[in-house]
Amino acid sequence: MSAALALLVRDVKLAWREGGAVGVALGFYLIVIVIIPLGLGPNLNLLARIAPGILWVGLLLAALLSAGRIFESDYEDGTLDVMATGPLPLPIVAGAKCLAHWVATGIPLVLLAPVLGLLLNLPLGAFPSLALAMLAGTPAVSFIAGIGASLTLGLRRSGLLLALLVVPLYVPILIFGVSSVTPYVSGPNSLWQPLLILCALSLASIVLAPFAAAAALRNALR
Amino acid sequence: MSPPFTISFEARDIACERGGRTLFEGLNFVLEPGGALLVSGPNGTGKTSLLRQIAGLLPLASGRFSAAGAEAATPVAELCHYVGHLNAAKTAMSVRENLAFWADFLGGGDVDGALDAFGLAPLADISAGLLSAGQKRKLALSRLFAAPRPIWLLDEPSVSLDAASVKRLDAAMRDHLKQGGIVIVSTHVPLKTKFAQEIALGREHAA
Repeated sequence: MSAALALLVRDVKLAWREGGAVGVALGFYLIVIVIIPLGLGPNLNLLARIAPGILWVGLLLAALLSAGRIFESDYEDGTLDVMATGPLPLPIVAGAKCLAHWVATGIPLVLLAPVLGLLLNLPLGAFPSLALAMLAGTPAVSFIAGIGASLTLGLRRSGLLLALLVVPLYVPILIFGVSSVTPYVSGPNSLWQPLLILCALSLASIVLAPFAAAAALRNALR
Repeated sequence: MSPPFTISFEARDIACERGGRTLFEGLNFVLEPGGALLVSGPNGTGKTSLLRQIAGLLPLASGRFSAAGAEAATPVAELCHYVGHLNAAKTAMSVRENLAFWADFLGGGDVDGALDAFGLAPLADISAGLLSAGQKRKLALSRLFAAPRPIWLLDEPSVSLDAASVKRLDAAMRDHLKQGGIVIVSTHVPLKTKFAQEIALGREHAA
């Protein structure tokens, strides 16, 4: 277990030190949300209605932007070779690295989202449910991104292919993520149902994605 | 000083296939505790592939590896230190952080000893990104001391090392053999270590 913890701490440290991944993801999220009201015009009701959807789509794209780096640098400098000879099973290595992506990128994006909600005239009552839904859904975002990142390992310009592979898998997260925020914006609806489904999606991907990613890693190491 | 290793390593009928082409087949060798094996041969004959197979990174086309001795219950890959062409050093971390991570991850602990092994102690707090190619190589080799493992797989270990460091590497390998460890090296540079066995890959096609 201490090996997994060492790996998690190292990856979070590297993500913050290298700066690129986290900073670019946060900056991208900010820019996307800032330009959308400029394009749509000053219709506050319209903005409030589409705010949950835009915040979620922006978050998914921003997370994807940094997803390629989950395994890439370790693959390129030979670190993955050595990790494969370590005492940790490869699925745990993959899981720890996806978890590190969530801690280093997912959580900062979730923290930024409510601030960006202000720019989109999101009703104040929707803020807690937005934060809760994103906190519940972003682990699935990171772990599913891990599958795409490991499958595209070693390819040149893999970013676009990664997006093509992973975005379809994000559809359920997007649907239930948005529907757990909308009740506050447009009418009565149950809040807990979509939130619980989000939790289920995250739990399932935390359990299953590391195995898929590990299989892809094994293949990439050959 | 770590306790002496008591492990013997056997390769039986190993074959390697890369991209539909058979690189070598019918490879057999046995290494007793303290045994050293030199893998030689021209470029592209499968030296790196053989080491990667032993480390469990490449699948075997046929045959099997087995280890006998005190650590026999552990999978072969986890008995091995693999030092390949890439140095597995993170440029955003200091030399000490790099070694400390490997010590934690691979299950060792003696980071200071590992820093001393190739004289990296004065550079301990410098970012690994600032090291020269030879120093990065020494950092990769220092990993051998960050966690004790009986089998060393060294792929061209002396590349970009200066003469004094090659001597240190030689001495380190001899110490490891004296403790009952096993060393499997692929190299073009003559080393002073006495290799009990040599496998020359790619010769049968030339003959």
